[in-house]
Amino acid sequence: MTDLADLTIAEAGRGLRSGTFTAADLLDAVSRRAAITETHLHAYLTLDREGAGAAAASADEAFAAGEDVGPLQGIPIALKDNMCTKGLDTTASSQILAGWKPPYDATAVQRLRQAGAVITGKTNLDEFAMGSSTENSAFGTTRNPWDTDRVPGGSSGGSAATVAAGSAFGAFGSDTGGSIRQPASLTGTVGMKPTYGLVSRYGLIAFASSLDQIGPLARTVEDAVILLEAIAGWDSFDSTSINAPVPSFARSLGVGVEGLRVGLVRELAGDGIDPEVMAATTAMAEKLAGAGAFVSDASLPSSEYALSAYYLIAPAECSSNLARFDGVRYGHRAEVEGTTEDMMSHSRAEGFGPEVIRRILLGTYALSAGYYDAFYGQAQKVRTLVRNDFAQAYSEFDVLISPTSPTTAFKVGERAQDPIAMYYSDICTIPSNLAGDPSISVPIGVDGDGLPIGFQIMAPSLGEERLFQVASEVERLAGFDMRASFATSEVTSP
Amino acid sequence: MPVDIDIAKVAKLARLALTEDELQQYGGQLADILEHAERVQALPTDGVAPTSHPVPMVNGFRPDETGDCLDPSSFLSEAPDAQDGQFRVPRILGE
Repeated sequence: MTDLADLTIAEAGRGLRSGTFTAADLLDAVSRRAAITETHLHAYLTLDREGAGAAAASADEAFAAGEDVGPLQGIPIALKDNMCTKGLDTTASSQILAGWKPPYDATAVQRLRQAGAVITGKTNLDEFAMGSSTENSAFGTTRNPWDTDRVPGGSSGGSAATVAAGSAFGAFGSDTGGSIRQPASLTGTVGMKPTYGLVSRYGLIAFASSLDQIGPLARTVEDAVILLEAIAGWDSFDSTSINAPVPSFARSLGVGVEGLRVGLVRELAGDGIDPEVMAATTAMAEKLAGAGAFVSDASLPSSEYALSAYYLIAPAECSSNLARFDGVRYGHRAEVEGTTEDMMSHSRAEGFGPEVIRRILLGTYALSAGYYDAFYGQAQKVRTLVRNDFAQAYSEFDVLISPTSPTTAFKVGERAQDPIAMYYSDICTIPSNLAGDPSISVPIGVDGDGLPIGFQIMAPSLGEERLFQVASEVERLAGFDMRASFATSEVTSP
Repeated sequence: MPVDIDIAKVAKLARLALTEDELQQYGGQLADILEHAERVQALPTDGVAPTSHPVPMVNGFRPDETGDCLDPSSFLSEAPDAQDGQFRVPRILGE
């Protein structure tokens, strides 16, 4: 018999409604799975057994009373630990916030609770979401369920690992330069970054405010749609959220790609991409053509500068956003003699890890008098050029495709001492963040080492329907069964 | 082109009390990263307007109605030091 922890959200929802099992059974299944996998993976920072148990019980009461608030009712979901949860530790994987309990829920969290979701706990990340491997966490590295010598990607590596390992049915992450899509690619899961402004950022601990978006990690495209629909839509608490009705994305699933114009981005499909990853990408492009899409080469000429622009813009915004961590209102305060400024400077130096300090320094420098125009100002102009490139490409194509990550999962420690090598992990994902466009990673196969390969689909702003339409077809054409991965690996053996 | 950085000044602006060793280490790494970042200067951008935000939008307003607010005790209890309903800090001025 199938372990309940291996069901998709859609399957679990049907079982709950037919009375085959209860929400308490689902929570029990993922809890038992976590008890086995967590010793190997360390995907969770906090497991909220009490809160999850109460939420599962109230979901079961609702079902018994004939109340049904939608497809997440009774479904165990994990949250990246940079999303504020009222009364439950929220650390952003930083010592500076160790032990902090937010006084309020993020809007996305509030909507999940209203949708009846069972929040299992908080997942590990690179500190303040700065990294591509989850090695920058102050509370230990998360391992990849497909190979525990390897990283799960990052920064939403903990969330990706829970979904791949079956210790949650779905999860949420945040994506500033690829932090949902890249870990999805490395763990054989579906990861999606919505259009900037589709999901409220209220209660998401800010990294780079003009780039950050919350989005889902799931085992199937359909599950990603279910998760996104629960949290999308305008929020009066986020002035950058888009005030427009959210369409039904579920209608886009399973309708095929006949007649769609699909562009394979030349600049994201050449130098620096692992040959096996590239071969799988090209093979999928051919399958899409076989399914009736018009596939040809597209060009984003400025994309080779996008990475450099990103590593000025994101640190600049981070240096400003993280100024709030000063030991006054929350978090760590250093015990030092002297003035408030001394206290702040020591609290920050003690509380932040090396990558966060590096980016704060970089951003402070890029914004400082005399360097602003040469670095930050110029990066913002490159951002305009990247947007113009996309606009040009979307005048010819409905969607663009590329690999998600230039490589499959790399070994723990392999890039830890080389910040620039780590930054290159996000070369394919960053352009969509700079443009504010939606993008998704769908697993399409494995490499010679048995490690998952992700396929990226990009669409214009608010083009989620098209994005999910193509993702659904890619999933069907790939026939990738992620459940084959973890359940059969030696880690789950008693 | 090597980038000239007064790392001690940058650390002070960023309110980071770093040791001499740390300053040296971060200074070197920053120089490496900025050499890559300088690539953005290679693109001709005359007449290109900067993008600070991905979605063109004006201020987002909501109706000016009173709503529920956080109870101060809910966040003062999480502060490192508080007194009389306020955050408490060391003295502001130096000797």
